[in-house]
Amino acid sequence: MRPVKNRRRDPAPSRLRYRATRLWLRPGFRRLVNVGVPMIAGLAASWTLMAEFDLAGSVSRIWNDTRAAIVERPQFVISSMDIPGVSEDLAEQIRVAAFVRLPANSLEVDVNQVRERVESLDAVERASVRAHANGVLEIRAIERLPVVVWRSMTGLQLLDHNGVRVAEVDSRLRRPDLPLIAGAGAAAHVPQALRLLDGAQPLHDRIRGLVRVGERRWDLVLDRDQIIQLPEEDPLSALRRVMALHAAEDLLDRDVVAIDLRNPERPMLRLSEFAESELVRLRMIALGEDA
Amino acid sequence: MNQQIYDLQRAMRARREAALKRGVIAVLDIGTSKVVCLVLQFVPEEVGEGAETRTVLRQGAFRVIGAAITRSRGISFGEITSMDECERAVRTAVQGAQKMANLRLDHVLVSFSGGKPRSYGVTGEVAVANGAVAETDIGHVLAACDYPDYGDDRDPIHAMPVNFCLDQRSGLTNPRGQIGNQLEVDMHLVTVGSTPMRNILHCIRRCDLELAGLISTPYASALASLVEDEQELGAACIDIGAGISGISLFVRKQMIYTDSIRMGGSHITSDISQGLQISMQDAERLKTMHGGLIATGIDDRDMIELPSALGDWDHNRRQISRSELIGVMRPRVEEILEGVRARLDASGFEHLPSQQIVLTGGTAQIPGMDTVASHILGRQCRIGKPLRVQGLPQSASGTAFSAPVGLAIHVSEPHDECWDFELPADRQGARKVVRALRWFKENW
Repeated sequence: MRPVKNRRRDPAPSRLRYRATRLWLRPGFRRLVNVGVPMIAGLAASWTLMAEFDLAGSVSRIWNDTRAAIVERPQFVISSMDIPGVSEDLAEQIRVAAFVRLPANSLEVDVNQVRERVESLDAVERASVRAHANGVLEIRAIERLPVVVWRSMTGLQLLDHNGVRVAEVDSRLRRPDLPLIAGAGAAAHVPQALRLLDGAQPLHDRIRGLVRVGERRWDLVLDRDQIIQLPEEDPLSALRRVMALHAAEDLLDRDVVAIDLRNPERPMLRLSEFAESELVRLRMIALGEDA
Repeated sequence: MNQQIYDLQRAMRARREAALKRGVIAVLDIGTSKVVCLVLQFVPEEVGEGAETRTVLRQGAFRVIGAAITRSRGISFGEITSMDECERAVRTAVQGAQKMANLRLDHVLVSFSGGKPRSYGVTGEVAVANGAVAETDIGHVLAACDYPDYGDDRDPIHAMPVNFCLDQRSGLTNPRGQIGNQLEVDMHLVTVGSTPMRNILHCIRRCDLELAGLISTPYASALASLVEDEQELGAACIDIGAGISGISLFVRKQMIYTDSIRMGGSHITSDISQGLQISMQDAERLKTMHGGLIATGIDDRDMIELPSALGDWDHNRRQISRSELIGVMRPRVEEILEGVRARLDASGFEHLPSQQIVLTGGTAQIPGMDTVASHILGRQCRIGKPLRVQGLPQSASGTAFSAPVGLAIHVSEPHDECWDFELPADRQGARKVVRALRWFKENW
């Protein structure tokens, strides 16, 4: 017997299947089904869940409770602030500037922001802030030490050795121990000014200050209104020459108004009017004898 | 003559241009034995510099990215006998090609072998308007052709200007830009039966595809299987398919004549089936596996086991010698070739400068076909395989695939056809606004 065979399946796609295939081959349609439909379904599902069971409320409630339980542990409480190694009034300034309300929480205090706030004080050069486990917020600050008083257009200021402003003072007499500099742009050349003052050490008790002239060179002003005009380049060696002259011949003790070293190759000396007339008289005498 | 006869072709041409712009077009060969669908991808080339760039298609700049072959159903003699079955076959082929190309096919170019194609040579004559021949002059002269009365039940499928004649200077293929007074054209008009053609259009529409062109199969086969010299010097391409044997004559790279006889490989199969009393499927297998046309001494001893319809192998065994099979096949092949000879004689093939004959199509694969054809047609014949096309699978490179490959070549380099030119304004028809606009365009 010949076995009864199944009729062979028609290899042709049915019209529906054919149309579906062609539809599926449209890139836009395929993108819509592959991306758009899952996205819309996901959005709709989450929207329904949220709306139906107030999931959003309970999620945020659980979150807040958990957070509160962790944050309020005593290990995280900051109860005091320690500022070692700085003067009392600076410590008070830092305390205010740190802007930490005690007792604070160490999870909520941003030590970097505290450090930035402290460092924004003029008198603080660098600071480091640490929250210790025993509830102490330690702020270690390196104080800026004033080395000169600068008399500028805006008033008297104290500068550190880099020329950074430390504080303002109302009177020179508050810091008579610091040397005085003056003139516009002097703050940018504090290290040079310090070297010059160091070089003029023998005249220590006669120095009134350094004046920055035209934002380019220095004048050393002594008492009796004597001025040593220093050159723009290498003022220190010029100053040393003056010091050597003074040591040898007591130059600055004489009746000299100004020593002009602006051109180091042609130093000039300005005498006072009396000294000049005396000099002329003495020369006339010498000439008269001769004539 | 009704000037709206080319509306269908104009619409198809617009679709073809849209498809080429998109870069993907499918060709569909609906034959009597198989339906082939190839998906072509075009790689346009930028020509020019700076702002002047325009995209053009280089010849051969396409690649076959999808190919599907299926047994055809509901078709005999190249014409649809069962719309549903044919539609299924087309759907199978298109779906397979789509799957391979992973692209949706919208525009198809279809070859059409049925409908009893008939060739007409028509001439037209017109005075050149402005000294040099312009595009509009060609449109005018093509529109000035006097059409033969080919009957209401037929439609033109090709209308190709094969020869231009400018002031008695004949033999021009492209007169654009030349100076002259009188322009004449010889046009080759091919008509096919309306009903089979409209059936094909309907079938394509039912498959949700848009028809971008309808090409006569002998023409497409010749484009694929004739080499350039043969097209130039004169050759006949005989595409012996399963149901239809198409003939096309080429000279100076233009098709000048086409015809078909309604006989082909399926008749050989049915002869075997009737003569040896076996089923059509078995006969087809016997033909392809053991068939031949020239019997030699060894064929008398070469015994072939015939498949038994009843399957009782012990009692019902038959054997035939191969020469018997050849004896069944040869008369039918001779009949086909004699029909071809009659058509070639009627066409004036002997006046062509060179008379190469190229056999192609599935039936041309029978061993000995070229020898038999040389005997009967009286000229040297060769078996023409289609040109090599990039990306075409090896299984689709035989003579049976001349027509789809020819379609691909045609779409990559279309010839001028009558509907490629704008109609002159005075023959435009009723729409006055369009006429006015066209008049302005021509005269300003």
